[in-house]
Amino acid sequence: MIMLQPSSPAESSDQIWHPFPAFPADALSGASFKPEHMAAILADQNPGVFFEIHAENYMGKGGLPHAQLAHIRENFPVSLHGVAMNIGGPGPLDRDHLSRFAALAARYQPFMVSEHLAWSTHDDIYFNDLLPVPYTDETLARIVSHISQIQDAIKRPLLLENPSSYLQFAESSWAETNFLKEIARRSGCGLLLDINNVFVSATNNATSPEQYLADFPLHIVGEIHLAGHDKQADDEGDILLIDTHDRAVADPVWALYSHVLDQTGPIPTLVEWDADVPEWAVLKSEAMAARRIMDQSGKIRFSHVA
Amino acid sequence: MWHDPVAPDFANALLDASRAKPASLIGPNGKAAEKRFSVYRNNVAYSLIEALGKNYPAVKAQCGVYKFNDAARLYLGEHPPRTKIMFNLGDNFSDWLGAFAPAKAQMPWLQDLARLERDWLMAYHAEDASPLDPALLGAIHPEALGEVRLKKHPAASVVCSNYAIHTMLEAGRNGSASSAIGAENVMITRPQFAVETRVLPDGAAVFLQQIFAGATLGEAAEAALSQSASFDLSSSLGSLLQSGATTAHL
Repeated sequence: MIMLQPSSPAESSDQIWHPFPAFPADALSGASFKPEHMAAILADQNPGVFFEIHAENYMGKGGLPHAQLAHIRENFPVSLHGVAMNIGGPGPLDRDHLSRFAALAARYQPFMVSEHLAWSTHDDIYFNDLLPVPYTDETLARIVSHISQIQDAIKRPLLLENPSSYLQFAESSWAETNFLKEIARRSGCGLLLDINNVFVSATNNATSPEQYLADFPLHIVGEIHLAGHDKQADDEGDILLIDTHDRAVADPVWALYSHVLDQTGPIPTLVEWDADVPEWAVLKSEAMAARRIMDQSGKIRFSHVA
Repeated sequence: MWHDPVAPDFANALLDASRAKPASLIGPNGKAAEKRFSVYRNNVAYSLIEALGKNYPAVKAQCGVYKFNDAARLYLGEHPPRTKIMFNLGDNFSDWLGAFAPAKAQMPWLQDLARLERDWLMAYHAEDASPLDPALLGAIHPEALGEVRLKKHPAASVVCSNYAIHTMLEAGRNGSASSAIGAENVMITRPQFAVETRVLPDGAAVFLQQIFAGATLGEAAEAALSQSASFDLSSSLGSLLQSGATTAHL
C-alpha cells in the first residue's frame, strides 16, 4: 500500500501533538458533541459519557471549534466519525480529504475512528448525503482498497458503519452482512453497528432485523450507534422509515440493542441526534438509558461466567 | 457495472429532478422505487440548502426562508458543491447574488451582505494568531513609525458597502431582517476566539486595506487622507491595535 504524502508539514499526521489523556470508553455510552451544549456540559458535575465528533466540522485551521474540541478531549473520551470519505465511490479517495482526516486522528487521539459504507461524491461534486452502494465483487474490491488506504493513513483499524437504505440494487450479488464480513476479513477493519440503520433498512427492505443481527459478525463490532427515525410512505403507501437523527431512539431499536448486548456484553454506544437537537439534559438522558442497558448486560454476562 | 452506468446516472438524477432514477434501483418484492429514490434526492437538496442557509443567516433573514431557499436551489444547481467541508459551501455565493437578476432588482445589498457573512465565517475558522502587542509599536521612535509595515491577522478583513451591511448582519444573527439604508464599511477581526465586527469611520477602510496589502503606515495614512479629509490617523491606528487586526510580527 502506498503511504500518502501530506501536502504540507503542518497537515502531516506525523506532527507531534500535545498528548491527551487515554480515557477508557469500553463500557461507556456517548453523545454527538454539539457546540451549543458546551456550557451545559461544562456545568454538568458528572457527564459520564464519551463524545463523538463529525470530522468535517473540524477541518478549519483554527478558532473556537478546535479550542472547544481540545477542551472536550482533555476531559472526555472522543471518537472521530467521518461522513465524507466516499469509501463506496467509484473513483479514488480524495487525498487532501484523507490527509485532513488523518491529521485530526493524529491531533486528537480519538479512541475510535469510523466511516460509512456509502458514497457521497461523483465527478468532484459532493452530495452531502450517505448514498447507497451495490454489493458486487467489484465494489467489494474497491472498498477494501479504500479502507486499506485510510488505515495506512490513520495508522490503526477503521470501523465501518452499516448503512440505512431505502432501496436495493438489481446488481447486488452479496447480502449486506456477508459483504461487511468480507470487507472486514480482507481489510482488517472493524465494524460500527448502527442499530437504528438495521431497523430502518429491514423495515424498508421487508426483511427481519433480528435475522440481520443474527448474521452480523458481532465479535468485530467496536462501537454501536443508536438514533431516532421518521416515518413516511413508499410508492405503495406502506411505511418507509427515514434515518433522520432528529428525535429520541424508538422502542424497537432499544429492544434490538438490548438483544445485541445480551450476546456481546458492553460495547461503547453512541446516541446520535443531529437535527432538532434538544438541550443537553435530554440528549444525556438518552445516553444514560443506553448506559443502563449496557450495565445490565455486563451483569448478565458476569453471571454466565460465574 | 457499477462505475460506468449506475454512478453517473444516480448522480445525474440527484442533481436533476426531471431525470429518471437509474433502472436498476428497485424496491423489495417487486415494489416500485420512485419515492424511495426521492428520499435521497430530497436529502441531498434539503441538506445543501440548509447548509448554505447556515453559512448565510443574515442573507436568509433578509430574503425570508422561501425566497432564500428558492435562490439557494438555483445557485446550487449552477454551482454544485466541490467541497466536502460544509462551512466552505457557497464560497462564490456573493458574486452569484450580484448577478442574480431578482436580487439585483429588489435587494441589491445582498451581494455585499453575503461577502460580509463569508468573511465572518472565514474569520471564525481562520488560523490562530496572536494580535500585535501595542507596546511593540510604542517602542518605535515616532519619526520612524511612518516606515513601519504591519502584517494582517489571518482572520482580519474589511468589507465596504453602500448599504447598512453591519446592521443587517447583526439583525440576521437573531433571525431578523433590517433596513439596508446607510453606507457601512466593516472591519472583521478575531483576536482570540470571538469574531468581532466594527463599522469604520471615513477613510479608515482605505487605511486598513492599504496596510493589509503591505503598504507602510505612512503610505496608508496618505491614501486614507486623500480619500477623506476627515480621516483620523490616531483613532484609526488605536482601533486597529485594539481590535487585533494585525499580528504580533511586524
